[in-house]
Amino acid sequence: MSRSDVLVDADWVQARLDDPKVVIVEVDEDTSAYDKNHIRNAVRIDWKKDLQDPVRRDFIDQAGFEALLSAKGIANDDTVVLYGGNNNWFASYAYWYFKLYGHGDVRLLDGGRKKWELDSRDLVSEVPARPATEYTAQPADSSIRAFRDDVIAAIGTLNLVDVRSPDEFSGKLLAPAHLPQEQSQRPGHVPSARNIPWAKNANDDGTFKSDDELKALYEAEGVDLATDTIAYCRIGERSALTWFVLHELLGQENVKNYDGSWTEYGSLVGVPIELGSN
Amino acid sequence: MCGAKAGGPDLAGVDVANETIIQGSVTRDGEPVNGYVRLLDEGGEFTAEVPTSATGQFRFFARPGKWTLRALVPGQTVDRQVVASQGTAVEVAIAV
Repeated sequence: MSRSDVLVDADWVQARLDDPKVVIVEVDEDTSAYDKNHIRNAVRIDWKKDLQDPVRRDFIDQAGFEALLSAKGIANDDTVVLYGGNNNWFASYAYWYFKLYGHGDVRLLDGGRKKWELDSRDLVSEVPARPATEYTAQPADSSIRAFRDDVIAAIGTLNLVDVRSPDEFSGKLLAPAHLPQEQSQRPGHVPSARNIPWAKNANDDGTFKSDDELKALYEAEGVDLATDTIAYCRIGERSALTWFVLHELLGQENVKNYDGSWTEYGSLVGVPIELGSN
Repeated sequence: MCGAKAGGPDLAGVDVANETIIQGSVTRDGEPVNGYVRLLDEGGEFTAEVPTSATGQFRFFARPGKWTLRALVPGQTVDRQVVASQGTAVEVAIAV
């Protein structure tokens, strides 16, 4: 797999804004950003309303994903280009869903919404109308998803990559610094995890660093790219971006995203927790 | 929206006493600028990033200590050093 199979630049997208088989999808942490404006012909997926089970803590099932994509007018043979704010943080999370449910051709817009804005490219408020489809999803691919027992079993044996900020890793903060800090779980990290903040994968403008820079980053932090890896953060979005880097850009074979992440692990009774920095 | 509001977003409903807040606005010639603000820790490590609001405002919930704010707007990057403490919101006006 080459980089361009999973990642496209703004010029690539600009040239395909009117291509009916290329569906541009905005997925933002701030779900109202799309209402203000968005890339022309882009549809929205709301990570809170569209991608989560409305009752229990889990994401939507296969039937739910099929209904969502059908309603959004996305067909199985469409090329889906995801983008969003915060260096594609939530767009990467949605990308992971598309892979989990077996979509054929899905890519990220390099730099996401931020790069598009910093380039002063056009954004519009008109919402496109896409006729509904009959989307068929594959059963969820559990090879890219980790559960809590996988994480506990990985302590000291597999690579555990904690992609939160250094202050969340060491236990000084419980949430990213743009969110209120009141939380119930214990601070800290999974023992033996390496702290490689997700933002280190990206340049200031939100584009991904080169493959060589990314490889050097993980190797310098003691991550053996030949060993299986589990990435986690607080709720599984930031680590989806690291999963994208390791699995999709660097081609590491066995990488799982632990979407339970710290809000689950830090609330478990009796599991080991480590405090302090690497 | 018209014009920039002085200072950061309204603190009504925010638990200021228990939070360490850094907030403010990004303006050019007194007008709000749409862009991004990053929060970097003492070691220069990225900690968080937010888009500015329609009125150019931003807010972070941090911890006491020294931080760098980096405003990213089309064609320009501006850094500001701040010291944050719990209980008092630090207001930072960034002109670009």
